[in-house]
Amino acid sequence: MKYIDEYRDGELAKGIARTIAAEADPARSYHLMEFCGGHTHAISRYGLEDILPPNVRMVHGPGCPVCVLPIGRIDAAIWLAKQPGVILCTYGDMMRVPGSKRISLLKAKAEGCDIRMVWSTMDALKLAQANPDKNVVFFAIGFETTTPPTAVALKQAQALDLKNFFVFCNHVLTPSAIAQILDSPEVRTLGTVKLDGFIGPAHVSTIIGSAPYEYFAEEYQRPVVIAGFEPLDVLQAVLMLVRQVNEGRFQVENEFARAVTRDGNAKAKALVAEVFELRKSFEWRGLGLVPYSALRIKQPFAAFDAERKWEVPQDSVADNKACECGAILRGVKRPTDCKLFGTICTPENPMGSCMVSAEGACAAHWTYGRFRDSKAEA
Amino acid sequence: MTLPRRSHPRPLDIAHGRVDLTHGGGGRAMQQLVEELFVAAFDNEALNQRNDQAAFDVPAGRMVMTTDGYVISPLFFPGGDIGSLAVHGTVNDVAMAGAKPLSLSAGFIIEEGFPLADLKRIVDSMARASKEAGVPVVTGDTKVVEKGKGDGIFITTAGIGLVPPGVTISGDRARAGDAILVSGTMGDHGVAVMSQRESLGFESAILSDSAALHTLVAEMVAAIPDIHVLRDPTRGGLAATLNEIAAQAGIGMALKETAIPIKAEVRGACELLGLDPLYVANEGKLICICAPEHAEQLLAIMRAHPLGKDAAQIGVCREDAHHFVQMETAMGGNRVVDWLAGEQLPRIC
Repeated sequence: MKYIDEYRDGELAKGIARTIAAEADPARSYHLMEFCGGHTHAISRYGLEDILPPNVRMVHGPGCPVCVLPIGRIDAAIWLAKQPGVILCTYGDMMRVPGSKRISLLKAKAEGCDIRMVWSTMDALKLAQANPDKNVVFFAIGFETTTPPTAVALKQAQALDLKNFFVFCNHVLTPSAIAQILDSPEVRTLGTVKLDGFIGPAHVSTIIGSAPYEYFAEEYQRPVVIAGFEPLDVLQAVLMLVRQVNEGRFQVENEFARAVTRDGNAKAKALVAEVFELRKSFEWRGLGLVPYSALRIKQPFAAFDAERKWEVPQDSVADNKACECGAILRGVKRPTDCKLFGTICTPENPMGSCMVSAEGACAAHWTYGRFRDSKAEA
Repeated sequence: MTLPRRSHPRPLDIAHGRVDLTHGGGGRAMQQLVEELFVAAFDNEALNQRNDQAAFDVPAGRMVMTTDGYVISPLFFPGGDIGSLAVHGTVNDVAMAGAKPLSLSAGFIIEEGFPLADLKRIVDSMARASKEAGVPVVTGDTKVVEKGKGDGIFITTAGIGLVPPGVTISGDRARAGDAILVSGTMGDHGVAVMSQRESLGFESAILSDSAALHTLVAEMVAAIPDIHVLRDPTRGGLAATLNEIAAQAGIGMALKETAIPIKAEVRGACELLGLDPLYVANEGKLICICAPEHAEQLLAIMRAHPLGKDAAQIGVCREDAHHFVQMETAMGGNRVVDWLAGEQLPRIC
């Protein structure tokens, strides 16, 4: 398959892995955080841990949009779905995330709420046009990559003068989350979490460019390599990070030059800026309240804002006490450090969000990598 | 066939008519629908007796029986429709015991308002599939539910078949050391159906692989009666089916990613949709697990049959207390090929 197979060449992969092993200094370790769940998934799905040397360790980051959404926002979406005359639309992964009292959108749907899985924001718009007597609410989640499509939907809703289309906006921002992790006491003062570098998400950077990372590469003195989601992309990024660490550099490098530029997609950025503005702070699962880390709908589009149309509950709901999703999302713990992992928390019966999405660290490890744990037991 | 006499003054208006509640009511309207549509299409001796059951003689031996419900959406998809699928799926479930399928039953649950033209198209396709397979639909049932209480049409078929002497095919017979074979490319059916779903805007040339596999199976069991396991990887795809067998037999499996045949178009569509082709349904493929010394011969038989030309060995069974299905990836790493969590593709069959 053109443009895919080139990045999944097993022989090339083994070659890069050999170079990494040859260049990695055996006297030290390399703790590299892949921020994005897409990378977490690729690493697990292709078994890349098996071909990396033991002193190069991948630390899974918080970049899974489903995982970082706090329980309170899921409860709020379920609350919205229960309002009379509402059709709630969402991307598939959100359906199974348990809110408080273990009610998920999937369960709310079974109880009679009208909840639809959509593939794009345009499907939600069409649904609003086809159901003029219903209020269609799009449960918008995701990082910078999924924000422009939501902006397009809002612009179109305005152009079509739709009165029954609303967005429940939960779009969040990558750079502020990385900064929050680097500011955490575990990394900054306690030193209990070692982070030597970051793999930055390529799709996010196709929109925002590579420039937003320059500040914290400099400020926190950590190298960043923006990389694609194919296995060769990830391996190449690991090699680039190992080299930067070895040379004492902390620059933003771009492995994904085939689609990412320094400034990103000007049109998409302008569109997002026209429709959205920063929230003063937003709650993330695992990271708590993160200043200026999320977007809300601007005044000219207020008519389409579900949070203005309804008194959406803004409660903050604590995670299950035994659930370690928070620490796992910050890279402080590994999935296997959680008592619930693989016991009562599995992809069929997820307790925490990291077990729901295929991009979550727990789901990825359970689904693809748990044979390593049984080896360790043996 | 010819009707004994014209019992209804006007024939069904197939072109413009719709199914209404009287078609399931047990009266003349229902009888007309059954006669003009179902009996006319399926036309066979047992059905033509017009009893509430089909009567036929069976040879002595071990029988198998199976049933399956079909709720696929959309009803018509590239490479098939709910009618042909309802024949192929049940014929295959019979054949996966190594059995020769003998006859089918068909139950239809139709939603009020369903176009007669669509019903005829489905029934004709079903009749064609049954004739091609040589497995008649010998008895049936029709129910009509009110508008909004169904989704067009649901079909349930049951099938019976006869297992040849000396054949004992069962999921628990997989043994460490056995070879794991597949009869062709994985994921075609699911991707063909997904490409037709209205919310997906891409056109694809991918056809469903929906097909009756019993002639292929007959050749395989004739050559090697000691095949250990046969199973068709339908819902949940290759991954779910292999996990079922591993759990049933109490073994593990080691697959090689590069050995699993997948069409480039299917891989491309799966990339776009975020699906893993190992979890996508097939309706005309089988998995065969056999002693390693039989693998080459079975592969040769499959490759010589039109429905098995892309057959390949994809891995081996091995001892594993955890019953993991593991795969060496193209990158040289390893991963678990796990059960599917949740529903990757609803209403695919």
